[in-house]
Amino acid sequence: MSDPVSPLGNARFDGFVSVREVGPLGMITLRAKSDVKELAAAIKAAVGTKVPAQRRIVINGDRAAGWMSPDEYLLVLPYDQVAAAMAAIATAMGGAHHLAADVSDARAIFRIEGAKAAQALQKLMPVDFATLEPGELRRSRAAQVAAAIWEQDNGFTLVCFRSVAAYVFGLLSHSAQAGSELA
Amino acid sequence: MSTRLSKGGRLIDRTKPQTFTFNGKSMAGYAGDTLASALLANDQMLVGRSFKYHRPRGIVASGAEEPNALVNLGTGARFEPNQRTTTTELFSGLTATSQNHWPSLEFDVGVVNNYAARFLPAGFYYKTFIHPRFAWKHIFEPVIRQSAGLGQVPKEADADRYEYAYGFADILVVGGGIAGLQSALAAAKSGARVILLEQTAHWGGRAPVDGDVIDGKPADEWVKATVQALSAMENVTVMARTMAVGVYDHGYVLAEEKVADHTPGDGRPKKRLWRLRVGKIITATGAIERPLAFAGNDIPGVMLAAAVRDYVVNHGVSIGDRTVIVTNNDDAYRTAIALKEAGLEVPVILDARANVTGDLPAKARALGIRVETGKAVVKVKGGKRVTGVAIGAQAGEGAVLEEIACDAVAMSGGWSPVVHLFSHCGGKLNWDAVQAHFRPDANRAPTNQDGEAMVYAAGAANGALTGDQVLLDAVAAADAALGKASGVAAASVAVPAEGAMLPVWIMPQGAGPALKMKMWLDYQNDVKVSDVQLAAREGYTSVEHTKRYTTLGMATDQGKLSNINGLAVLANALHEDIPQVGTTTFRPPYTPVTLGALAGESRGEIFQPLRRSPIHEWHEKHGAYMEPVGLWRRPYCFTRGAESHEQSVHREILNTRSNVGLLDASTLGKIIVKGPDAGKFLDMLYTNVMSNLGVGKCRYGLMCNEQGFLSDDGVVVRLAEDTWLCHTTTGGADRIHGWMEDWLQCEWWDWQVYTANVTEQYAQIAVAGPKARQLLEKLGGMDVSKAALPFMAFSEGSLGNIPARVHRISFSGELSYEIAVPASHGLALWERLIEAGQEFGVMPYGTEAMHIMRAEKGFIMIGDETDGTVIPQDLNLGWAISKKKADYLGKRGQERNYLASPDRWKLAGFETLDGSVIEDGAYIPAPGHNANGQGNTQGRVTSTYHSPTLGKGIAMGLIHGGLGRMGEVVEFTKIDGGRVKARVVDPVFYDKEGARNDV
Repeated sequence: MSDPVSPLGNARFDGFVSVREVGPLGMITLRAKSDVKELAAAIKAAVGTKVPAQRRIVINGDRAAGWMSPDEYLLVLPYDQVAAAMAAIATAMGGAHHLAADVSDARAIFRIEGAKAAQALQKLMPVDFATLEPGELRRSRAAQVAAAIWEQDNGFTLVCFRSVAAYVFGLLSHSAQAGSELA
Repeated sequence: MSTRLSKGGRLIDRTKPQTFTFNGKSMAGYAGDTLASALLANDQMLVGRSFKYHRPRGIVASGAEEPNALVNLGTGARFEPNQRTTTTELFSGLTATSQNHWPSLEFDVGVVNNYAARFLPAGFYYKTFIHPRFAWKHIFEPVIRQSAGLGQVPKEADADRYEYAYGFADILVVGGGIAGLQSALAAAKSGARVILLEQTAHWGGRAPVDGDVIDGKPADEWVKATVQALSAMENVTVMARTMAVGVYDHGYVLAEEKVADHTPGDGRPKKRLWRLRVGKIITATGAIERPLAFAGNDIPGVMLAAAVRDYVVNHGVSIGDRTVIVTNNDDAYRTAIALKEAGLEVPVILDARANVTGDLPAKARALGIRVETGKAVVKVKGGKRVTGVAIGAQAGEGAVLEEIACDAVAMSGGWSPVVHLFSHCGGKLNWDAVQAHFRPDANRAPTNQDGEAMVYAAGAANGALTGDQVLLDAVAAADAALGKASGVAAASVAVPAEGAMLPVWIMPQGAGPALKMKMWLDYQNDVKVSDVQLAAREGYTSVEHTKRYTTLGMATDQGKLSNINGLAVLANALHEDIPQVGTTTFRPPYTPVTLGALAGESRGEIFQPLRRSPIHEWHEKHGAYMEPVGLWRRPYCFTRGAESHEQSVHREILNTRSNVGLLDASTLGKIIVKGPDAGKFLDMLYTNVMSNLGVGKCRYGLMCNEQGFLSDDGVVVRLAEDTWLCHTTTGGADRIHGWMEDWLQCEWWDWQVYTANVTEQYAQIAVAGPKARQLLEKLGGMDVSKAALPFMAFSEGSLGNIPARVHRISFSGELSYEIAVPASHGLALWERLIEAGQEFGVMPYGTEAMHIMRAEKGFIMIGDETDGTVIPQDLNLGWAISKKKADYLGKRGQERNYLASPDRWKLAGFETLDGSVIEDGAYIPAPGHNANGQGNTQGRVTSTYHSPTLGKGIAMGLIHGGLGRMGEVVEFTKIDGGRVKARVVDPVFYDKEGARNDV
């Protein structure tokens, strides 16, 4: 079997912060209402976390579960473990109404790292980083496209659609150029 | 002459000389100079020509209000027109050229307009060029445009880069003068998140120049300590060189930061546009001094009194050796005192007031300065610079009592608060008769979503013109914005007692027409007292109309100096009070914003998101000619050698029909629909039935909007008992997903259905042509035989070791497989197909080949055969509309009599009799004319191509009567006015039986 390739081949830019395209990374969109009793077991089985609260992401090593909307969750896990997680979700949810879709290949993932990582993002996203709380998952936009971010390991993880990976990498590189720090 | 003094200049650093050029002439200045102060230090009084009369223009002001001193800045890729010298920081290597003159600044041909000024009154263009009608466009406008205009248009792409930044705060304080600093301090000490902006590179505003003493110390010391205190606070962000240019609803403010304006080429962004969302806004934007309207007040060397003071105190620059002061208030005496203390001569202070009693006049008199009360400038003498003034009684008509030689005139007509930001969002103003200015009405401030005030004016911007009042007002504004007492006491300021000012709108007040024709109100647009009075006589009573008729306040300075004087003159001419006449509307931006800053990062490669399929780079490397499809770029064709695009397309089609072709169909929309009610849901969305589609099967379907018009089409796949996959058009993916969610969330919220847009999860490749099966069999791993995988079925498995879902669907009419694989394997599959397909003659084909092949088969294309006014029945797609279903979206709409009418144009095929291609957009004319005198029509072409398969032109179109007119010959229009004859035929031109894909 051929090796999966991330959209930009793990491109990297170093400015006043570093920008790295990472992946491939496993991602599952899980749609179910939060009051479905099977949901907690399904998320636990897939990524080993509890159900995230509104606008939160719960991180468990290389796995995570994020709240995307009142009936949508984003599960993050190693790329090669998606199939097993999908099977585990199907088992745990049983007959409960839900939809689980593998979206690992539909996304591009970036890591923005450095002491002033938030400043590079602050140029692109209408997000108040000073009030972004630990464990918060923010769905917003980066310039003209949809993007979600969360803070993790002294940096930010940004998720966008795969087709605009080069655009978002261009945005981040432009914003991270040395000398353009926001004070 | 203007010159650099041997000492003084609190902002300049004499140890850091800077060289620059003006009109090619090398000049010297110091770090801390503005371009304006440096020009004045080099005796460059004349800096430009006015817009209409090309009168000589000198620097009038020292800040953002400057109307005259606009220059072309920089060269080549860093060329910028209309840059204000008063706000441009000097740097070594700066190059500036003056504007609006020909052939030179010193000798300008356009000045002939000046001598014809009596023939160029207000409304001249409107009156003169209205007849004949055609002449405006072809004669008058080009000539006027040639001779008018200020700066030139940059000719090269901008070498600099720009960016946005988003900022948030509880309280935004605009203005880094003592009012802003005091407000920010009060707000910050109470714990609020504060952003403080200052337009210049320096803090403190006018207070240090005006000699305010704060808490017993010079203002400079208090300013420095306060800025340090604010900078050290966690909850405060202070930004210099940042101009707040617009206030919008809900606390949204735009501000332009000059990041590298003064250090071009250092790699930083030139400017940064801040998009601020704040709770409350305090405008501590100060006040602007008004000119006085006397004859010759536009001659270089006539300057605002406070600007004269600024240049002496801040930059150590004197405008002249002998400066006459003319004023209607005490503040201008500060200029006289500052000049005297700098060792310069002040021959006389002309004060329009009869009684002058304040502390400052007393000090001036004590310094031995002659003060003449009740006196006016009758006219200024001089051409390109001031040589003297003629003096008369302010109460008189202009009889000259005395002439005094001088080389500069410093004028002050009082101060107008900078109310622009307060007014942008609807804040209302009150007329203050004592200080003769409009100032913000706190009771009619712009409001937030909660009905509370959003903008609070502080200090001079609120009409508090003396230092002590400024700081008290600043704390009051902070308290009001906080909604509580900050508990911070205002610093105390020792101020001299000032006498009342006297409103003076014309000087002398009884001046006749000859003088009034030389009294400038708007320096940049050449509007004089006589122009406004003429407008009033001609019936212009509204200030907004007068503005547009006379162009008062319409230049790049937006009337910062001229507005109040102009509307006061208008009010007098109309015999009304100034508040009755009112002001024109204050609109953003406060000062012009560089277009590059508004564009931000959006240029070049990241001008807009360009969506790329997983195979995009391969296409680019292999001769693809790309076309935009939404934000995607798709290969239109793959050119080889010297082929034209048309030749490439034809080769790709013939190869696909005889061998095998590959199409990157990754951009097609793919939406998973799952749940107990998914079948019911899809039966409502599609015109045909999807709930009875067998698992493992595919079905073509149509979607309509509620009106019944065809909206999208595509193949629906049943993945599992409760799961369908809906393919949409490339452009329809996001729209249809939103459409589905709209119905599920807003209308059928109790149906158990979930959707997921997985468009980008899969790369999808169409393998089409008679050798398609052989190619897939060579890759191996799945049984793709007709028996195992018949037409309109799919199977999942591993193709060449790549997980794949293979659909037997065909948009080309050939044996065809559409293969979906995870996007991260898309390129790998494509390359394997190319490699393995060599022996079968495989070639990639583009969107144009796809379009022609589907047209040869009579398949419709959303966006070609449909345009939002076409229903499926028009396209003979009744077979795809369920008669059994009780309802589907669009069913009711299609039953309306207009859409159900047999008179509608319907789809048919067309073949020209001579084999030529019908032109795109051609109509089929009908006899007679309609009510508008236009020729009647009976149909139009919707798709038209040369078919390489059939070797002739083929077309589809809509025609009255549709297929009922089969065999008839009709005429299509041509752009050259001719007609082309075409026969109505079956729209399926190729393989009518469908034998080629059923193998």
